[in-house]
Amino acid sequence: MHKGGRIIASLIIFVGLFTIPFFYNMGKANAGPEIDAQQLANFQSIEPSINMVANHPQLFNQWRNQFVQNGQTVYVNSEGKSIDISLEKLAGDSSNQFCVSCHNYTAVKPTCWDCHSGPEGARK
Amino acid sequence: MSVNRRQFLKRAGALTALGLGGSFVLTGIRGKIADAASQTPSYQKQKQGLVAKHWAMVVDMSKFKTEEDIERVIQSCDTIHNIPDFGNKKDEIKWIWKDDFEHTFTESKNEYLTENFKELPFMIMCNHCENPPCVKACPTGATFKRADDGIVMMDYHRCIGCRFCMGACPFGARSFNYRDPKPHIKTINPDFPTRTIGVVEKCTFCVERLEKGLKPACVEASKGGLIFGDLDDTNSEVRKIISSKFTIRRKSELGTQPSVYYLVGGEESV
Ligand code: SF4
Ligand code: SF4
Ligand code: SF4
Repeated sequence: MHKGGRIIASLIIFVGLFTIPFFYNMGKANAGPEIDAQQLANFQSIEPSINMVANHPQLFNQWRNQFVQNGQTVYVNSEGKSIDISLEKLAGDSSNQFCVSCHNYTAVKPTCWDCHSGPEGARK
Repeated sequence: MSVNRRQFLKRAGALTALGLGGSFVLTGIRGKIADAASQTPSYQKQKQGLVAKHWAMVVDMSKFKTEEDIERVIQSCDTIHNIPDFGNKKDEIKWIWKDDFEHTFTESKNEYLTENFKELPFMIMCNHCENPPCVKACPTGATFKRADDGIVMMDYHRCIGCRFCMGACPFGARSFNYRDPKPHIKTINPDFPTRTIGVVEKCTFCVERLEKGLKPACVEASKGGLIFGDLDDTNSEVRKIISSKFTIRRKSELGTQPSVYYLVGGEESV
């Protein structure tokens, strides 16, 4: 039985090594995107009658078609507020990481910023 | 329990009706907004925007005397529209450029042309033809004519890079992005989109400026050499020039009805 100790020690080391990634990432995996509550509220206020987080791609597609095809560049939302259609203005100042952090978290890579200037880091 | 034939048909009929009804429920975002909103969202044009029935340009040749006059105008367009400079003719992207008389007006070659006329550089851009062959050739609707003001527009989102429009345009007014243009733009104007590899682009009569109430950039930079206005308005400057002075258009025999007019010998007739 004099080898039992070694076997047990090796097992413990093995299990320890094997589970390093698990302990290393503990508590990190679900950290979520860094979202500024105020920015989220501003974003939602673009069209209060829909869930902007879920539906903004469709809304922006509509904006795009109205803007380019019909020259209608102002969106009047369901509360009567006029909004200039502009991806550049929407992104605000370049320190605004609102769009980027959420898209990065969900691994969504829209092609909008291939051409339109966006928040810094958007193109990565 | 057993279902007799009559009952079966009734129930099947009811189910079918339900299914058909269901498909009439509005889907997509329009439906969602309409359901929840107090007022249906709508789209408008900018209030301060310039409007016209038929935008047109007059190029007053007498105002383009020096290389500087021409370069200044080309630069004004290139810088605000993020036009790349690849440094070679093959990949060149051009919205407004210059060429000599013979290449601009290929049909009117005249061997007795005065020398200075032959040397004269002509400003060239998309003619925003009234009857544009590029629009007919485009399979995706990426190039289209705006019904309200006659501008021939590009929707880069829709362009698939087939280049049919380039073959159809008799004026060489369209350029194709054979390479990624971004690294070749000197300073990117963040307010105007760049383009990507694989799309066609051309002059748009500065629609983005018109909607802000501004005249096209080249017109502003030309110091009176380019005159822009509504051809359908009898009081507009372009209309007055075109109806009272001698102007020519490029390849008018092709019937595309260009909206860019060249005022030649403008000096003498003023
Ligand atoms: S000049 Fe060429 S690109 Fe412009 S509208 Fe006419 S055919 Fe189309
Ligand atoms: S290259 Fe683009 S704009 Fe030209 S015809 Fe094809 S889809 Fe239309
Ligand atoms: S009208 Fe605008 S887009 Fe066209 S050549 Fe002039 S500056 Fe460029």
